[in-house]
Amino acid sequence: MNFFEFLRNNWAELFALTREHLFLVFVSTAFAVLIGVPLGILLTRKKSLQTPILGIANILQTVPSLALFGLLIPLPFIGGIGAKTAIIALALYSFLPVIRNTVTGISGVDAKIKEAATAMGMTDWQILKMVELPLALPVILTGIRVAVVIAVGVTTIAAAVGAGGLGTYIFRGLRQNDNNLLLAGAIFSAFLALVADFALGQIERVYSLEVMRNIAAQRKRKVVLIGASGLILSVLALPFVSSFQSRNPNQAAANQTIRVGSKDFTESIVLAEIMAQSLERRGIAVERQFELGGNLAHDALLSGQIDVYPEYTGTAYAAILKRQPLTDAEEVYRQTKREYSEKFDLSLSPPLGFSNDFAILVRGDAARKNNLKTISEAVPLSRDWQAGFGQDFMSRADGYAGFTGAYNFDFAKQPREMDLSLTYRALASGQLDLIAGNSTDGLISALDLFQLADDKRYFPPYQAVFVARRDKSEILRETFAKLNNAISTDEMRRLNYAVDGEKLAPKDVAAGWLKRKGF
Amino acid sequence: MTENKQPIVEFRRVNFQLGAAKILDDINLKVFKGEILILLGESGCGKTTTLKLINRLIEPTAGEVTVEGKATTEWNATNLRRRIGYVLQEAGLFPHFSVAENVALVPDLENWDAAKMRHRTAEMLELVGLNPSKFADRYPHELSGGQRQRVGVARALAANPDLLLLDEPFGALDAITRVNLQKEFAALVKNLGKTAVFVTHDLHEAFVLGTRICLIHKGAIVLNDTPENFRQSDLPLARAYLETISTERNLAADGHR
Repeated sequence: MNFFEFLRNNWAELFALTREHLFLVFVSTAFAVLIGVPLGILLTRKKSLQTPILGIANILQTVPSLALFGLLIPLPFIGGIGAKTAIIALALYSFLPVIRNTVTGISGVDAKIKEAATAMGMTDWQILKMVELPLALPVILTGIRVAVVIAVGVTTIAAAVGAGGLGTYIFRGLRQNDNNLLLAGAIFSAFLALVADFALGQIERVYSLEVMRNIAAQRKRKVVLIGASGLILSVLALPFVSSFQSRNPNQAAANQTIRVGSKDFTESIVLAEIMAQSLERRGIAVERQFELGGNLAHDALLSGQIDVYPEYTGTAYAAILKRQPLTDAEEVYRQTKREYSEKFDLSLSPPLGFSNDFAILVRGDAARKNNLKTISEAVPLSRDWQAGFGQDFMSRADGYAGFTGAYNFDFAKQPREMDLSLTYRALASGQLDLIAGNSTDGLISALDLFQLADDKRYFPPYQAVFVARRDKSEILRETFAKLNNAISTDEMRRLNYAVDGEKLAPKDVAAGWLKRKGF
Repeated sequence: MTENKQPIVEFRRVNFQLGAAKILDDINLKVFKGEILILLGESGCGKTTTLKLINRLIEPTAGEVTVEGKATTEWNATNLRRRIGYVLQEAGLFPHFSVAENVALVPDLENWDAAKMRHRTAEMLELVGLNPSKFADRYPHELSGGQRQRVGVARALAANPDLLLLDEPFGALDAITRVNLQKEFAALVKNLGKTAVFVTHDLHEAFVLGTRICLIHKGAIVLNDTPENFRQSDLPLARAYLETISTERNLAADGHR
């Protein structure tokens, strides 16, 4: 499918995502302006506050966006997942340019003019309203323009906390190795940034001193301009408001609804979709909070933002419970189940039937050329190899450090730490020579990659299960039982490939599977 | 001659300090109705500081400044400033206000009704020699330096204050424009019966405008007398000033007299 066919087939979703994107940018910028401009004014009156407050705003902007989203998740009131958290994080990012330009703009008003204003008998408030703000307006508008352009970019990350927007396509594209998705997400957000920059630049121009003081008619023009842009933004934002509200139902409704979460990769989404559709077939209302990055799904479950999501015993055991890796699958399952119950008051479903273990992958042609079958056989060749691993693998106890130790790997080149989904295509294109993927990944066969056997039985088992809040486990019990041992490793790989390789929608893949299984 | 009348402005033993720096030291000064008092001195001598003490842009460190018999610190600062006209160098016009809006500023702050304000604005522009129908809707950047200064004077007079403070208003103008404005201003103040305190570093200007000249040096008043007596002074500093204008006058005579 070429890019234009893709656009033709997906324009409705793309339009909805663009609208979500605009809504997030608009609301967060509005917050940043409503709080940032008064704060900036305050700073021009209390100069001693300038250093600390601008310092804090500066630091906030240096926090990587994904980290900021992650930090907000566990916080009460302002945290959680979805649009609300994203808006708060985006507003925090937008503060700096708004505050700084307000301070700069007002401080930049000619001292002679301020002196004249005081000497004419203007009160502080009148000086602010009639002299300082009008003269500082072009600079403040520049700050807002910078804030909006930054927000358009950062909003793409908001998809990681389930806030939607064009980032959804970008993340999905990375994950599924799909250039159309990537391009659509990237081009549209870049386009939005350019349009916003241009439109706000026009407003800024109309408000600039030179134009404003020329002809009285310009005043009318600027009113028209502001009104028009406000109208366009609200029209674009309005249709999304309703869906935004439905994403955050009140507590009463939330009690009858099961909120299904997923991590941000295909398999997790397909499993979550299978769960969601099984529940819907039982007549239970479902709310989807998919594509949560890192350990956000676990945090969201703990803080009650979601009720159930698919997890792996190995991940739960090593990355969440921080226990030393074990190789006995049954033992890992048993201990995880017990500790989840004691520590987090969460329940574990019976195993789904497959495990998604770490798979050490090399290119198929490299494996055939060197006749590689096992990881141990690759060790002598690996000195000159460029390895690359996902952030997750690099940081976890049973990941990079343990793995290279157990096999005595000695990479001359520092392995690259990068997004997991990108490592597959980097391996296939020859940028990397060895990666740690997932054994059920559909891309393994799609990209002609070869999985080296774990001959030292180093990697712990990653059995797929669902984790649920205990107060929902009663409703979920029947579905848990049905899904027990229902999916084999081969089947899972096929489901993944249907999404990643054949570009089918996860919900259709899940529906097809449920139908075949006769659910 | 006027010692028994109540002065409009009076400085009593006024000191002004900025941190450790003594800007004004023991200033005693009276300004009477109808005077154009010149504060003359070099840059940094404290003449502008003296001016700003009158409309309470700053307050004395010690001593007191009274306006109409009441200490400035007892006046409501806003009310005090609105009844004193103020003109500064480069006029200090608001660049985002039209000429009419600039002139009507204090009346507007005082909530005059629109018709009265419009009438007053036109009257003031006429007074300073600007045709209202031509200039009212222009913006400051569309005016020449001299026209801006005229608007500055019109603005200071708009709310009909008895007292005007002027901080080197004509300092940045070319010579011809400056001389014309000085003459017009002197006549204007006299005709309207206003009192003015005028800061300058230019003795020629002081002679054209002043009814009294107050020479300030390093924060102290060294001479306070009529222009006639100033010319006769033996004070070395006064003599030095007089020499600057004898050359200047010769040059000016060649130029445009």
